[in-house]
Amino acid sequence: MTPQDIADKVQKQFGDAVLEFDAEALDPVIKVNPEAWFDICEFLKTDADLEFDNLVCLSGFDYGAGKELGIIIHLYSFPKRHSIAVKADLPRENPRIRSIESLWRTADWHEREVFDLYGVVFDGHPDLRRILCPDDWEGYPLRKDYEVQEFYHGIRVPYKEDWEEFDTFLKNPRRGHFVFQFERTLPANGNAKPKEKPSP
Amino acid sequence: MFNNIFKKQRYYFDSEGLLVVDMSPSSAVHYQEAVQAATQDAGFSGEDMVINFGPQHPSTHGVLRLEVVLEGELVKKVTPHLGYLHRNFEKHAEYIPYNEIVPYTDRLDYLAAMNMNLGYVLAVEKLLGLTELPERVEYIRVICAEFNRIASHLMAIGTFGLDAGAITPFLWAFRDREKILDLFEWLSGARMLYNYIWVGGVARDLPDGWVEKAKEFLDYFEPMMVEFNNLLTHNHIFIERTAHIGILPADVAINYAATGPVLRGSGVKWDLRRDQPYSIYDRFEFDIPVGEGMYGPVGSAFDRYWVRIREIEESVKILRQALDQIPEGDVFEAIPRKIRPPAGKEAYFRSEAPRGEIGFYIRSNGSDIPDRVKCRSSCFVNISLIDEISRGQLVADLVINIGSIDIVLGEVDR
Repeated sequence: MTPQDIADKVQKQFGDAVLEFDAEALDPVIKVNPEAWFDICEFLKTDADLEFDNLVCLSGFDYGAGKELGIIIHLYSFPKRHSIAVKADLPRENPRIRSIESLWRTADWHEREVFDLYGVVFDGHPDLRRILCPDDWEGYPLRKDYEVQEFYHGIRVPYKEDWEEFDTFLKNPRRGHFVFQFERTLPANGNAKPKEKPSP
Repeated sequence: MFNNIFKKQRYYFDSEGLLVVDMSPSSAVHYQEAVQAATQDAGFSGEDMVINFGPQHPSTHGVLRLEVVLEGELVKKVTPHLGYLHRNFEKHAEYIPYNEIVPYTDRLDYLAAMNMNLGYVLAVEKLLGLTELPERVEYIRVICAEFNRIASHLMAIGTFGLDAGAITPFLWAFRDREKILDLFEWLSGARMLYNYIWVGGVARDLPDGWVEKAKEFLDYFEPMMVEFNNLLTHNHIFIERTAHIGILPADVAINYAATGPVLRGSGVKWDLRRDQPYSIYDRFEFDIPVGEGMYGPVGSAFDRYWVRIREIEESVKILRQALDQIPEGDVFEAIPRKIRPPAGKEAYFRSEAPRGEIGFYIRSNGSDIPDRVKCRSSCFVNISLIDEISRGQLVADLVINIGSIDIVLGEVDR
């Protein structure tokens, strides 16, 4: 089936829960209401015409500081050989969505990763723990407004002061010192200043 | 921290989930009793034992930590703990321009850095709508990707033999892998982290005589694989050791979204190079090897190993065709001056790396820095199967099961 047919079928079944369908996108994507997230996923997996048995990827994303978070899944069907993407927007404060781990087991770790890095809580997940960061890490690193914690078990985490010292040194080199300009591409945890983004 | 002890319980679980028992002389509870009480509270019978595998253990292929619940010698449950190599590649990628991310992708699967470069670069090209590339660039990319697939599979089968107790095949595999790394060194200047495939092109053209040397290598290498098979693949002890363990049925593999040799070992004929051809893979003739269950059930550890052996042969086929057909041309002409996809676009691109599907999901915001780069890692997904395929088997087989999945922790932890 073409993405348009898939979207029509879902639209027919769920009506208002389908917010929009972007057929022009590089990967056609259906945007749905997070309330109906699980039901739509279940429909996509079990319907005889759709049969999306393969959850290729589940990722979270952030629209920007102060805006909403998002979650997107890319689905593929081995029997029918078609694919679709489904996404939903979640509020920044207390983002919750129902887990689809019971449909595709692979979602288990993907959801733990999104929980770890974005703080999205998946209701009904059997084992929602951090997966990449340590269990007692603070904050959600991939959010755009993430501030890295000062200390972790007595180890200083950010290198902010070092960067600032280096900056002042670069601006006021002492006599006799020779300054090599190395490329600065490592604002590792979002604490250092990013490069100025050029206006689009 | 010591709350539990004050509550007259002589044990507690620390933040890592490990059992800590109060061993002070004043403690009246015997150590053994405390351990039994703790394991029962955790839902295990008194016979169970929890052991810790890794993170510094030679059989875990890196810094993977497994928490294994054993009943006698049988594995009841395996809980992997990841993140020892986590450096948040995805956060780095939100601060640097598209083309500067390429070296970071080298560090994902550092045994197949060309394939990582290629997967990322193709995702960016999809975002840019850059489809017309010089023929020579496409051929060079395919040649590099297939050579790296061979190098990566040689590592996989060599260390798999090592896990099963065979030392010599590992050394033989490494000897041939070195020759591929020499070719890459000549080509890109680096032995493992190449930064060679760039958006719209490659970093430099093939050196004079490189194609001939590559063909020479293939002529040398094919008989070596026959020898290797005689040494390990057809070895009766090795077959008996691996053909009946780690059984992964096809439906479970699909439900876990396993890809690459792990999926094909279960008998699913699925390869992105053939089923969703990218670059110029549709021009070459090659087979998709799948697990056949020659010596045991389909989807065993041996089948996954066997698929890798066969894939090496298929890669050699592709390489022979590509090296014969490669045209002359300028490799730099399509490299864009500025990589600045329009705002609000998103693309997911999947490509076939040696360990499975590597997918990059990229969102643009109109600048030359991406808004979001998500790496869908094949090893990350495949290693989540370890509990499924090891349950109910001997702890000694767990090591072989890990080896048969073939993980690289740089890609698991990103």
